[in-house]
Amino acid sequence: MSPDVTTEELPATAPAGAIAVLRRALRTSPGLLRGVRTTVMLALFGAAGRVVVPVLVQQVLDRGILGEEGVQVAFVAGATALAALLVLAVMVASRFTYLRVVTIAEETLADLRVRAFAHIHRFSVADLDETRRGVLTARVTSDVETVARFAQWGAIAWVVNPIVILVLVGVLTVYSWQMAIVVVVALVPLLPILRFLQQRQLRAYDRVRTRVSQTLTALSELVMGAGAVRAYGIEKRSRDRMETAIDAQYDAERRALLFVTSSFATSDLAGAVVTAIVVAVGVVFGPGWGLDAGSLVATLFLVTLIVGPVTELNEILDQTQSAVAGWRKVLDVLDTPVEVVEPTDGVLLPPGPITLRTDHLSFAYRTGPMVLSDVNLELPPGAHVAVVGETGSGKSTLVRLLTRLADPTEGRILVAGIDLRRVDPVSRQQRIRLVPQDSFLFDTTVGRNVALGRLGAGTDEVSAAFADLDLGWWVDQLPLGLDTPVGERGDQLSVGERQLVALARAQLADPGLLILDEATSAVDSVTERALASALTRVSAGRTTVSVAHRLSTAEGADLVLVFDGGRLVEAGHHAELVAAGGRYAELYGSWLGGTREPPASTTG
Amino acid sequence: MARPGGAAANLVRFTAAGDHGPVSSAPPAQPTASGLPDSAGAVFMAGLRIVWRYVRNQPLRFTLAMIGATGYAAGAVGTAWVLGAITDRLVIPAFGDGVTSEAAAAGAAAIIGVGLLRAGSILLRRYNGGLTGLRTRVDLRKAVTDTLLAAPMEYHRSRPTGELLAHADADVQASTEVLDPLAFSLGVVVLVAFSLVALFIVDPWIALVALVLFPSLALLNRAYTNRIASLVARVQVCLAEVAGVAHESFDGALAVKTLGIADAETERMRVAANDLRDARVAVGRVRAVFEPAIDTLPGLGIIVVALVGAVRIGAGTMDPGGLVAAASLFGLLAFPVRIVGFFLQELPRSVVATGRIDGVLAVPPGPQPGVGAAVPPGPVALRFDHVGFSWPDGSRVLDDLSFSVAPGEVVALVGATGSGKTTLCELAVRLMDPTSGSVQVGGVDVTELDPASLRQAVALVFQESFLFADPLRTNVDLTGELSGEELAEVAGIAHAHEFVLATPQGWDTPVGERGVSLSGGQRQRLALARALARRPRVLILDDATSAIDPVVEAGVLANLRRSLSATTLVVAHRLATIRLADRVVFLADGRVAAEGRHTDLLGVPAYAELVRAYERDADGGADGDGTGEGLS
Repeated sequence: MSPDVTTEELPATAPAGAIAVLRRALRTSPGLLRGVRTTVMLALFGAAGRVVVPVLVQQVLDRGILGEEGVQVAFVAGATALAALLVLAVMVASRFTYLRVVTIAEETLADLRVRAFAHIHRFSVADLDETRRGVLTARVTSDVETVARFAQWGAIAWVVNPIVILVLVGVLTVYSWQMAIVVVVALVPLLPILRFLQQRQLRAYDRVRTRVSQTLTALSELVMGAGAVRAYGIEKRSRDRMETAIDAQYDAERRALLFVTSSFATSDLAGAVVTAIVVAVGVVFGPGWGLDAGSLVATLFLVTLIVGPVTELNEILDQTQSAVAGWRKVLDVLDTPVEVVEPTDGVLLPPGPITLRTDHLSFAYRTGPMVLSDVNLELPPGAHVAVVGETGSGKSTLVRLLTRLADPTEGRILVAGIDLRRVDPVSRQQRIRLVPQDSFLFDTTVGRNVALGRLGAGTDEVSAAFADLDLGWWVDQLPLGLDTPVGERGDQLSVGERQLVALARAQLADPGLLILDEATSAVDSVTERALASALTRVSAGRTTVSVAHRLSTAEGADLVLVFDGGRLVEAGHHAELVAAGGRYAELYGSWLGGTREPPASTTG
Repeated sequence: MARPGGAAANLVRFTAAGDHGPVSSAPPAQPTASGLPDSAGAVFMAGLRIVWRYVRNQPLRFTLAMIGATGYAAGAVGTAWVLGAITDRLVIPAFGDGVTSEAAAAGAAAIIGVGLLRAGSILLRRYNGGLTGLRTRVDLRKAVTDTLLAAPMEYHRSRPTGELLAHADADVQASTEVLDPLAFSLGVVVLVAFSLVALFIVDPWIALVALVLFPSLALLNRAYTNRIASLVARVQVCLAEVAGVAHESFDGALAVKTLGIADAETERMRVAANDLRDARVAVGRVRAVFEPAIDTLPGLGIIVVALVGAVRIGAGTMDPGGLVAAASLFGLLAFPVRIVGFFLQELPRSVVATGRIDGVLAVPPGPQPGVGAAVPPGPVALRFDHVGFSWPDGSRVLDDLSFSVAPGEVVALVGATGSGKTTLCELAVRLMDPTSGSVQVGGVDVTELDPASLRQAVALVFQESFLFADPLRTNVDLTGELSGEELAEVAGIAHAHEFVLATPQGWDTPVGERGVSLSGGQRQRLALARALARRPRVLILDDATSAIDPVVEAGVLANLRRSLSATTLVVAHRLATIRLADRVVFLADGRVAAEGRHTDLLGVPAYAELVRAYERDADGGADGDGTGEGLS
């Protein structure tokens, strides 16, 4: 993954960058251009309609009221009827413009979201670790949202406002090109002022956001740490912190409010100043420039109409920048190459227990040192193997490679004699199954969580899987049986119970190679017994590789593999290794010291 | 959509004022939750009462905002009047007999004058109106903070964390957002009154046009907010669903991979994303109808005014300037009328959120602090005397339970899950009070002890160690009293010193989002050091070493045994911990089932079975273990 996918950056985008992003966006989502001509035509019509009312006022004044023949009611009636029709037509056109823009934008975004989501699931596990998950979630939520917000307002303003400004200036020019120049010149000083206020306002809101998150941190301390706060009698400290945070947030919000208020008042005042200039210049020079009373009054109305879009364009400039930045981040996700590429014409794994062999297996994360070096293994089918070693010894890397969560840097893994990279992904997922330490459960029922173990599995098969593991009683004592909800991440179940669900899931898949990462947390005795018997049953007739945290697992294994510093340092049966007095004996010693009654250890 | 730059931009900026940043222009969701009075009228009255309650506490700011709002109304009508006058006295003569440049300058000055009045009143109104809301929020947040800090532990336990956080955050925001458009809305009433008077002066028929137009605009606006509210709420629901799917799916990325269900997950996201798309397009459909209509209505009004005006000018009852003034007033009024709609729309939200906040503020404070009594000096005993405890919902946890820990003794508390061990620990530090019986430290009932004295003497280490978003040092030394050596000493006992020194800035490394993330075992070791830093005379460990690697745990326990003279109660799930103790208290169903030495208790079948399970589970810890953190 390229580093910029997961690093937050400031939405500072040069115009050239924005255009480059737009090009990439169009390549990714060509649907954006669907019917674009009609949309622009409709917008053009809508913008032109904006001048109907001022022009009507001018016509009525000049030709209907102040004309040489006095008040012409018939002409005024005709002109107002026409204007009313035009205004209504513009209303309808605006409706279609808006609807078209929104529909296309939303369709594009939904598609973009789904594609980014699917692509992220193809990332390697290393790229999906805890620290990056939040960022990746943001890619398909808040980053797409910045674009969605833009689509709802900014995008339309970008289409409509420049056209409105051009049409208004155009009409002014028809009345008097000199006056048009006066208006434009009078408006120019407004731009840097608005820009300045807008920048300060955004910075002020950045501070507000920082302060808000600090308030939330202080707040979560006194809610989530309620026990600790009370037990240690630090209520006053928590209160002081919270009040400091609330006051700081208030200060930041007050400052932001000041800038918002200022820029609002400024653009209102700017309208008045430009109007005053137009009046003063108009009444003195107007007659010489070919203006008349009606067109001067119309000019006054046009001026008030032009300030709005100018102000709005200034505001959406920043919204546009964040939208462009958000969009680019999403596109970067889509452009990130996938490391573990699935074979197109994969080989199916045979039924039954699987033989496992590794040839000079080595692995290093992208930039890091080797975490697994030159591991050579040969496991017969049906062997039960325990892997032991300290944190960082390479155990977990081995598990990742065996399940193809990552590919070896060097060497290869052969399952049933086939290079793991050539195995069909569906076959691999069914035949090689990992049961992690704390299995992830989805926020649905027990039954549906187990059914995820095999595509299209029904309730009967789920029940059968539990029965195979002698866990039918456990399901029966759940409040709703298989329909019992497990809660978010399965938190309605204990760690041990989640493990039971995971084992049933694995049983359902009927794998030939089972990789078990033992749980370490204490579980109550009933669940503990259930787990032990389920483990025995699920392992039967299958090749198993267990990352062992329990002495009993290592003791009972056919083969113990001892890892240290990324290397396989010892291999053999428990008794041999203890007798050899090497690394395993050392580990075993500290294990014993911490967990068993010395006299009890001899019996195992 | 045909956005009249001015009005739309104003609406957007208006909503942004009370929020945390420029926000979308979509109207916020109407509450769909219950908690509202039955009739719309009752909601309106309840809303007004709440608004009054808030505003009363900010008299100065609100008065200034109202002065600004009234000034704005005067400025708006003044602008229209000035434009009308200028048309008659300056523009029309200019194209007839001509005008002097002094007259031109005077006209320009008049426009700038009313412009300044308007801009000034906007500043006054919006700044002070905004502050009314901001200050009310500060007051409410502080009040909620105080209540949450004083609330009994049972209250915290009985609510989801998210709900409690929402009270001080989202609820405060929602209850007060109505204050943002308040001054403007009230000002609009003044504005409409002024305008109608001004229009009547211009011409009664034109005033009649206004009397038809503005109520229709208000009605249209009302229909708009009514139609769109549920749709916008639906968008929020869909957004939450999309976020939920993304969050859960990436959280379980490993499971998704190993189960090979990426396609099914993508399908789940596709459904959620398409629902969101449809919800947004549905909102768009309504907006596409109403926004242009609301934009068009004032224009239609001006068109009618032009017709009526021409007729009236022809009849000689009106000047062209009156027509210009009326037209400009119509243009000016369109946006403020929408603000009233915005206010009315916020009112029910405020009623619901304020109800929730009032619910929190009504929570009575937790255990009354004892007065005067201090824990006697020297080693002290911890005694549970006929202690019973039930949750507010009536479920019984502890039942007439008695035992004591002698001064300097180490007692292990053993019991199956749910036997009441944690509750017992929390009663000892008076996080809660027993329903019956008493807990005594040094022979004194904890309810009579001065809280400072109790906290100083008794320290509890939780199983789930909460770390503050602070530097590591402050997390251990909560009161900032420890010297470097003392810090090193307590950290050494807890086996925390080494990993702390290995962090980028050592003791100054911050914890949490912006700092290091620690493993469960490391967190527990820090929490233990935190307790030791108090030099407690009674130390209570609630399964406080469960996530520590067994080898390290053995070291920690040995250190404790060696260096600790404190009276110690330790909840044990491992043999190693049990072996640390002089004596074991075996808890079952909220009572003491047996007590004595470990070897003696092995004769109790239930105890023996439980301990055998621990032995089978003679396990490694999750402390920083790669497979635990990286794969699950």
